[in-house]
Amino acid sequence: MAATTESEIVQGIGSDYEIKYGFHVDEDYFFKSGRGLSHDLVDAISSHKGEPDWMRRFRHRSLDYFVARPLPEWGGNVAEIDFENIFYYIRPTENQATSWEDLPPDIKDTWDKLGIPEAEKNYLAGVGAQYESEVVYHKLQEELENQGVIFLDMDSALRDHEDVVKQYFGTIIPQNDNKFAALNSAVWSGGSFIYVPPGVKVELPLQAYFRINAENMGQFERTLIIVDEDAYVHYVEGCTAPIYTSDSLHSAVVEIIVKPRGRCRYTTIQNWSNNVYNLVTKRAVAYEDATMEWVDGNLGSKLTMKYPAIWLMGDRAHGEVLSIAFAGKGQHQDAGGKCVHVAPNTTSVITSKSISKNGGRAGYRGLLEVAKGAHGAKSKVVCDALILDEDSRSDTYPYIRIDENDVDIGHEATVSKIGEEQLFYLMSRGISETEASAMIVSGFVEPITKELPLEYAVEMNRLIQLQMEGSVG
Amino acid sequence: MALLEIRNLHVALEDGTEIVRGVDMSVNTGEVHAVMGPNGSGKSTLAYALMGHPSYEITEGEILLDGENVVEMGADERAQRGLFLAFQYPQAIPGVTVASFLRSAVNAIRKARAGGEDDPVKIPEFRKQLTAAMESLKVPKEMTSRYINEGFSGGEKKRVEILQMAMLQPKIAVLDETDSGLDIDALRIVAEGVQGLVGPDMGALVITHYQRILNYITPDFVHVFVDGRIVEEGGPELAHKLEAEGYEAFVPQLVGGES
Repeated sequence: MAATTESEIVQGIGSDYEIKYGFHVDEDYFFKSGRGLSHDLVDAISSHKGEPDWMRRFRHRSLDYFVARPLPEWGGNVAEIDFENIFYYIRPTENQATSWEDLPPDIKDTWDKLGIPEAEKNYLAGVGAQYESEVVYHKLQEELENQGVIFLDMDSALRDHEDVVKQYFGTIIPQNDNKFAALNSAVWSGGSFIYVPPGVKVELPLQAYFRINAENMGQFERTLIIVDEDAYVHYVEGCTAPIYTSDSLHSAVVEIIVKPRGRCRYTTIQNWSNNVYNLVTKRAVAYEDATMEWVDGNLGSKLTMKYPAIWLMGDRAHGEVLSIAFAGKGQHQDAGGKCVHVAPNTTSVITSKSISKNGGRAGYRGLLEVAKGAHGAKSKVVCDALILDEDSRSDTYPYIRIDENDVDIGHEATVSKIGEEQLFYLMSRGISETEASAMIVSGFVEPITKELPLEYAVEMNRLIQLQMEGSVG
Repeated sequence: MALLEIRNLHVALEDGTEIVRGVDMSVNTGEVHAVMGPNGSGKSTLAYALMGHPSYEITEGEILLDGENVVEMGADERAQRGLFLAFQYPQAIPGVTVASFLRSAVNAIRKARAGGEDDPVKIPEFRKQLTAAMESLKVPKEMTSRYINEGFSGGEKKRVEILQMAMLQPKIAVLDETDSGLDIDALRIVAEGVQGLVGPDMGALVITHYQRILNYITPDFVHVFVDGRIVEEGGPELAHKLEAEGYEAFVPQLVGGES
């Protein structure tokens, strides 16, 4: 009866974004760049980090690609982003801490309010906490370190494991993949590096939390995960930001390699404030008999454009994308997933649930591709939309390209509204209209939340409850 | 004054069509009232209007619960004051388990009764009550983790309606065609479940087309409902008369009265 517990906890909470996440603290930073983007800035970031020359050149080339590429004209409206008004690099502290106590009081308070140290104690194997541009706290359980697991922030990984980073960095998502991947490649800072050695199963999740504090901040973390043969890891990321009247930008790049028989699950609970543009590129490759799973919850932000992708490169590799998008007032969630079947007998499932209310716009945009030779490929795409009122909108863009005959492909899409009869039924049992709506929405996304560890399922349900109360944005 | 007092109740659809055309009725705890009538007589509309369905407008009259007029209240507030409706067609809520739904409902009603303060039922107590109620209604244990009414058979739905009734402990239960779609064994279990709950704390209003459920729930009063009105009232013998003679005897009388 786990669901009962969740529902109880969900009901017991009546806080809102403003108090819980929307606060900011004073800036007392070690280094803050000026606004705007230039080769000088790129140079400054690279020098600040003491990077090898190949990375400095990679950054400069990426900036050229960014400038040369036009803004995408599909998806959401990115034309209003003022790239010259963004702060691209802020280093809050001189050194990374391995104890929460060593952080400046304001920053430590922020993490305490977000509940990260508490979560670390209770159910995580390791935590990285990024504040503005840098990971200010990082820790991995010693036992895992002894087994050869590497969990570091990306900058430290580049210093300590340059050869591995150089081998994989930018190979899954090339620096010129798209305009925002190019931007990230030019100014990236922070993010996670994970290596799980053959046969090692990391039982508890590793978590990274990304916090923006400054106004007009640009956060560009870079994550690279390598799961070796027969290994397993579950990586979870969360993110929030203060509420400001002007825009911030978050543009991450996440590259994942899952080697034969390995399994990686990557869970995101995205809860940016409604002034953050969230334009993220995520892509994984899965080799023979490997499994890659993206669990992608998008609740916050002004505009999110994100389509976690899986390239099924080895025989019988399996990919799964579970996507939830919730758009309230002033929000546009253009979410989805991509599965590309390259090898024979590969399988994939994309499940998308989108909810829109109060004039919000949520949609599914996805690609299913089967390359010639990927015979025996099986895939199923299910996208369901729930529209809560007349002012809201749902879009579905399911792109399918099949170049092989021997395949088994299924696609289902539904659009529904919260039924008056369902509401009446719940209310006739004494449940208020708000709570009844929240129950219907929680039930709608249950096929995905049930895949989450309990703590995150509770968090997800709680966030949905907040959205339903209309207190966000 | 009776616990539930219906006074000169008129109910119309959104397009203005009047379906219930002046009903008076009093129901007390410990009493079973049967409302019997042919299809299309407006019985289900009466049930929905009592519970506060937004598509049915009360154009005239009052519904008093414990002396308080509930006509302007939403279904949630009526339920919190002790009214319950067992649906003819219970709604499926995908993703919401029976257990979770019942806990939410029990806690919502407890909260209202505690004056708006959270007063959640303790889990062991809730489980104990639920297990006992499920056993007496022969609801299989694994039902609690299924999504409410999703993929349920007709019999399962009705049993779970009565299970909800047992858990929420209403003062007045309205049962809308609870006997429809049940085989004889399921009917007996469900009806005995209801009969077991009627007593000093609960009265029931049983809406039905057929007499057969009344073999298991003995009504104290029978109201014959035709064309939106009560046309005849009596004791349990009236139900048997209807069973033997049908509703024809009442229909022409009404038509005659109107012309």
